[in-house]
Amino acid sequence: MIELPEEIEILKQTVRRFVEDEVEPLAYLIDEQERVPDQLVKKARDLGLFGLTIPEQYGGSGMGPLGLAVLREELGRTNMGFGSFFLLNNGIGSKGILYQGSDEQKEKYLPKLASGEMIACFALTEPDAGSDAGAIKTTAERRGDYYVINGTKQFITNGPVADVATVIVVTDKKLGAHGGISAVLVEKGARGFIQGKEEKKMGWHGSATGSLIFEDCTVPVGNLLGKPGQGFAVAMKTLAFGRLGVAATALGAAQRAFEMACDYASQRVAFGKPIAKQQFIQGMIADMATEIWAARLMVYTLAKDMEADLERNTEASMAKVFATEVAWRAADANVQIHGGMGYIREHPAERLYRDVRLLRIVEGTSEIQRIVISRKYLSNPL
Amino acid sequence: MNIIVLLKQVPDTETQIKIAPDGKSIVTDDIKWIMNPYDEFGVEEALRIKEKFGGEVTVVGLGPKRVTESIRTALAMGADKGILITDDALEGSDSLAVAKAITAAVKDLDYDLIFTGQRGIDDDMGVVGASVAELLGIPNISLGIKVEISEDQKTVTVNRPVEGQTLVIESSLPALITAQKGLNEPRYASLPGIMKAKRKPLEEKSLADLGLDASEFGTEARKVKILELTPPPERAAGKIIEGETPQEKAAELARLLHEEAKVL
Ligand SMILES: Cc1cc2nc3c(=O)[nH]c(=O)nc-3n(C[C@H](O)[C@H](O)[C@H](O)COP(=O)(O)OP(=O)(O)OC[C@H]3O[C@@H](n4cnc5c(N)ncnc54)[C@H](O)[C@@H]3O)c2cc1C
Repeated sequence: MIELPEEIEILKQTVRRFVEDEVEPLAYLIDEQERVPDQLVKKARDLGLFGLTIPEQYGGSGMGPLGLAVLREELGRTNMGFGSFFLLNNGIGSKGILYQGSDEQKEKYLPKLASGEMIACFALTEPDAGSDAGAIKTTAERRGDYYVINGTKQFITNGPVADVATVIVVTDKKLGAHGGISAVLVEKGARGFIQGKEEKKMGWHGSATGSLIFEDCTVPVGNLLGKPGQGFAVAMKTLAFGRLGVAATALGAAQRAFEMACDYASQRVAFGKPIAKQQFIQGMIADMATEIWAARLMVYTLAKDMEADLERNTEASMAKVFATEVAWRAADANVQIHGGMGYIREHPAERLYRDVRLLRIVEGTSEIQRIVISRKYLSNPL
Repeated sequence: MNIIVLLKQVPDTETQIKIAPDGKSIVTDDIKWIMNPYDEFGVEEALRIKEKFGGEVTVVGLGPKRVTESIRTALAMGADKGILITDDALEGSDSLAVAKAITAAVKDLDYDLIFTGQRGIDDDMGVVGASVAELLGIPNISLGIKVEISEDQKTVTVNRPVEGQTLVIESSLPALITAQKGLNEPRYASLPGIMKAKRKPLEEKSLADLGLDASEFGTEARKVKILELTPPPERAAGKIIEGETPQEKAAELARLLHEEAKVL
């Protein structure tokens, strides 16, 4: 068992109960309707979920990586689409403002992001630049007191519904990824800013993903985060924090799959006895339990280290790639153990299998994480 | 209105309880501990009364250090202060000893009302609330499902279910009320509340601090001794009613309910 500070333990119990009592009963409905009911969003606001990591001076709860890990682990246990509204406000949608924003920008946005009055998104990916983030083409050109933005962002979580977007843009084509990329805030309704329609996705139903289109979109120069050229650093720092979050979500999902699998295996009778008495099934359960323990140790060791402000970028990649792959195998084994039932839409095993698939792709694919990890060791041979 | 809530920490209802090798206690390693759900109704009711009339809510717990987590949870829900009575000598105390320690901790506080759960979901004794009221010399009203404070804040009216009827009791204040399921829906501790709770006062008191003699507490001093704990019998397998038609199955079911289960 991993010892957690008291307030983090209370957070865990609170969120666990909220998820079980309020979210889980609606998980199927959210999946089918691809929408989180307003009533539930309101409850999440009342609980303070939007402001978990935003400092207390701006109306949030000011929790750090450990709080985020606990929150995301618990949310990984239910319909993953539910959390995306407020996870962006707590993660990549607000971190740029927090790390690089001016006092004025912080005052303007953070309280509203903490309360959930505003929904945030973070736009890096483009049709021709995903893993290769340095290849983005969306430009922001300075004209007097304004930036004029042109280009298209793709697959942006909360894109269709966001009130404020942190958009990663090229401000100097010659410098490119080496000082030519900046982060700029664009608000809903800005001239020339089009929020595209929601994509249909395999999983994460209820989380709206779509394109952002900029056609001579004009925003004041004051909307730039930090100085011109600091955008790539913002993006990378923001994503490192996000990797912990994805790893923790994966851990929660794996744990849920494991619990579901144990329950079903103990109940389902075939050939005159519960399938849990079959060695094949026992092997699957043992592997799941073992891998989940390893993932848990990684995620919480990482979270504790990050809480202590230690630089853990490589470890964040390791935890992300490992935990998301553990979750993937656990979700698959869970479907297998459920047999035909695991393939039926009304059964949560089916949804979990679809939801978990995304985790190996977003916030840096498994391949990109492996590149990041190997680079550390190969460029610095011992 | 100053209100005191007494709370106990108990194993989560989902915990698999294992009997310890001594046969008289349970294995406490790896147990997930929670606030006793009946006490939580008390916390919620106290907060609602405070929100209406003002005043302070003080939460009092007893047990090892881990109980601070349940007290902090109540503080995160909105209570103002906490007191933890903790002392190695308390380990194994019976309900009456617990009531004595609690009484010593609260008797000099300024209070109008005390809430506690009608029982702890672990031992199911339901004795502490009434004992504290007796030791304090204040009225005890058990199993409240509705609590109303008079406008002049001098009396309280409590509804209590009795065999499908409702008994309405009026009492002067201060009084002790034990909370029953149905009293309210406890709120969640909000996230900002959890952070605020870290800064709220939580005092620890030993038996010596309370002026109590340690020899009157603990396993040795128990008036009620536990002889043995036994696990519940394994649940027997269910029965599937056989029959060709619904009529046949219904007839068979009726026969079994009558002859075997003897419920008809
Ligand atoms: C539901 C959803 C939500 C999303 N939300 C956001 C968001 O909020 N904000 C945002 O900016 N983006 C978001 N994304 C985009 C996501 O981050 C990208 O899809 C992801 O980074 C991969 O980029 P890509 O799709 O362009 O794939 P590509 O980069 O084209 O990769 C395709 C495949 O090639 C592999 N590959 C690429 N380069 C290499 C290499 N050098 N070596 C080995 N293999 C390689 C990849 O691992 C992958 O398997 C979201 C995507 C989805 C599906």
